Amino acid sequence: MLTVTNLKTCYGKIEALKGISLTVNEGEIVTLIGANGAGKSTTLKTLSGQLVPTAGSIEFEGVKIAGLPAHKVTQKGIIQVPEGRRIFSRMTVLENLDMGAYLRSDKEGIKADLEHVFELFPRLRERLAQKGGTLSGGEQQMLAMGRALMANPRLLMLDEPSMGLAPVVVETIFEIIEKLNQDGITILLVEQNANLALSIADRGYVLETGQMKLTGTGEELLANEDVRKAYLGEG
Amino acid sequence: MDIRTSVDAAKMSPLKLAIYAGLCLLVFIAPIWFQGFGQLFLVRILAIVGIYVMLALGLNIVVGYAGLLDLGYIAFYAIGAYTGILGGLPLSHWLAATFPQYPWLPGMSYFIMIPFAALAGAITGITLGTPVLRLRGDYLAIVTLGFGEIVRIALNNNIFGITNGAAGLPKAGESVPKPFPLEWLQNHLYFSWPNFGSTGFNFTFTANVYWYYIIVLLCVFTIFVVRRLDDSRLGRSWTAMREDEVAAASMGINITGAKLYAFSLGALWGGMAGITFANFQGFVSPESFTFMESVFVVSIIVLGGMGSVPGAIVGALVIQGVPELIRGMASSGLLQTLTGIQVSAEAQSAISNYRYLVFGALMVIMMAWKPQGILPSKRRARELAPESEAALDESNQTLYDAQHDTAHPGEDR
Repeated sequence: MLTVTNLKTCYGKIEALKGISLTVNEGEIVTLIGANGAGKSTTLKTLSGQLVPTAGSIEFEGVKIAGLPAHKVTQKGIIQVPEGRRIFSRMTVLENLDMGAYLRSDKEGIKADLEHVFELFPRLRERLAQKGGTLSGGEQQMLAMGRALMANPRLLMLDEPSMGLAPVVVETIFEIIEKLNQDGITILLVEQNANLALSIADRGYVLETGQMKLTGTGEELLANEDVRKAYLGEG
Repeated sequence: MDIRTSVDAAKMSPLKLAIYAGLCLLVFIAPIWFQGFGQLFLVRILAIVGIYVMLALGLNIVVGYAGLLDLGYIAFYAIGAYTGILGGLPLSHWLAATFPQYPWLPGMSYFIMIPFAALAGAITGITLGTPVLRLRGDYLAIVTLGFGEIVRIALNNNIFGITNGAAGLPKAGESVPKPFPLEWLQNHLYFSWPNFGSTGFNFTFTANVYWYYIIVLLCVFTIFVVRRLDDSRLGRSWTAMREDEVAAASMGINITGAKLYAFSLGALWGGMAGITFANFQGFVSPESFTFMESVFVVSIIVLGGMGSVPGAIVGALVIQGVPELIRGMASSGLLQTLTGIQVSAEAQSAISNYRYLVFGALMVIMMAWKPQGILPSKRRARELAPESEAALDESNQTLYDAQHDTAHPGEDR
């Protein structure tokens, strides 16, 4: 579904991605783990069109999308839940969700998806008239995910969904990610919480200073000695 | 689902409706009243205020909706004004020569030129915006400020040999044609009641009254369009963009496109206000388009309340109307009659100079006391003072409906 080959991205003269390759197959949960500054967010930003790669190719369903602006990438069905959630804090919850459906015109579909979002996140229905900024961190993450779902994604990219959240909320969020995947949405997950990410992922990639260090299934990586030492706080 | 539509929420209470009707009547009657009692300058001031309302509403699209600080907005006003005169004069000559059987036709040149002046503004907006809108915040403000000055200086230096430099247009010996149907109105609409009031009521349909009504009509049109824009898909994308560009782009909003739309739509209104101003004055020169004018328009928006239509009107009344009023009253002797204060000629000119001082103080007080403006838009009120009354109103209100077409009328999906 998504094939990334030898992708390089620079911030000025600093090369943040030094030629990474990864694939995401339809129906998978793929996770990208790594320490701070490894290039996880840079990868996602490059895939979503926020950053322009200096080299390499990104192919989504056979179409080259490297270098496309963010709104064009969104049109292809790749939706990003950005790091730090970035909800529209002065819009109401409903307005936020409606922004997610900005590119859609199928009123029936939008309505059904809105119901679906409320089923997944009943809390959002209760908070419908509230300004996004007044929500708690967990609710904001739910809103950010709900908003992304309103865009009817085929590939959902989540950037650090667990960031700054209470463990119990993180668990809920991850359960929902699994559920979305069962509903047929392919997921690319960037996480610091490697343990949790690998436990739900079909496959994982380990990034280190802009390079792909390891790859394997979730279980393989969880069992890997190096990974356990470096990212799971063991040894 | 238990979400009512915004249309229900927009229904006005009878009291509100009565107030609006009263205001409309006042707007209609005021010039007749002032003209009838010989206070011509008041009609003129109201017309000027109207032009600033148009400018403020136009700039509001850029500053209030899209959140882009444009300090050179007056450049588009200047371009509209010069396009109006440079195109309107030859057009009226040509019409007079080609269709001598219709003597009223040259008077239509203003109306024919309106779309061209607006378009000239919009095209300039796009031309400037395409490279410049990649900049953000302060940098955009600096570039637009520079652009405003460049346009004024270019006009002053007789660019392309057509603007007649500081002497302005039309050149000596030429004049802007009387707009249709002013001549007819002047000859047919007059009445007088010598015994009405102490001075008697003598009304003639002067050019000032004519322009007042034209400007009011244009303001109504502007308000209509601006309101629709705010509720549109485009308006919503501006709000989202103002809040968070990255998130807005992730939702599929073309950020550059949305900015360019805001910039060019704002410029379009600048052009329209410009041609109206030029024909109303019958004369344009670069000194009408100084940086101070841009500052006035921004001040109107900030003072009145960003993104708010009533705010723009109140702001224009305060910033353009009040100083002009004081000056006009001083020079017409009205101030002396009313207050008994002797106003010398120096004091008269001093009054208009002191207004900058008053503005400065006013802006500082406003920013400290009510940063959201006098009549803020509900969304802005929420942004700057979440606990304020307007914001609370909004939270009690029914929500905008995400599904039903009533909330997205006429959009191009």
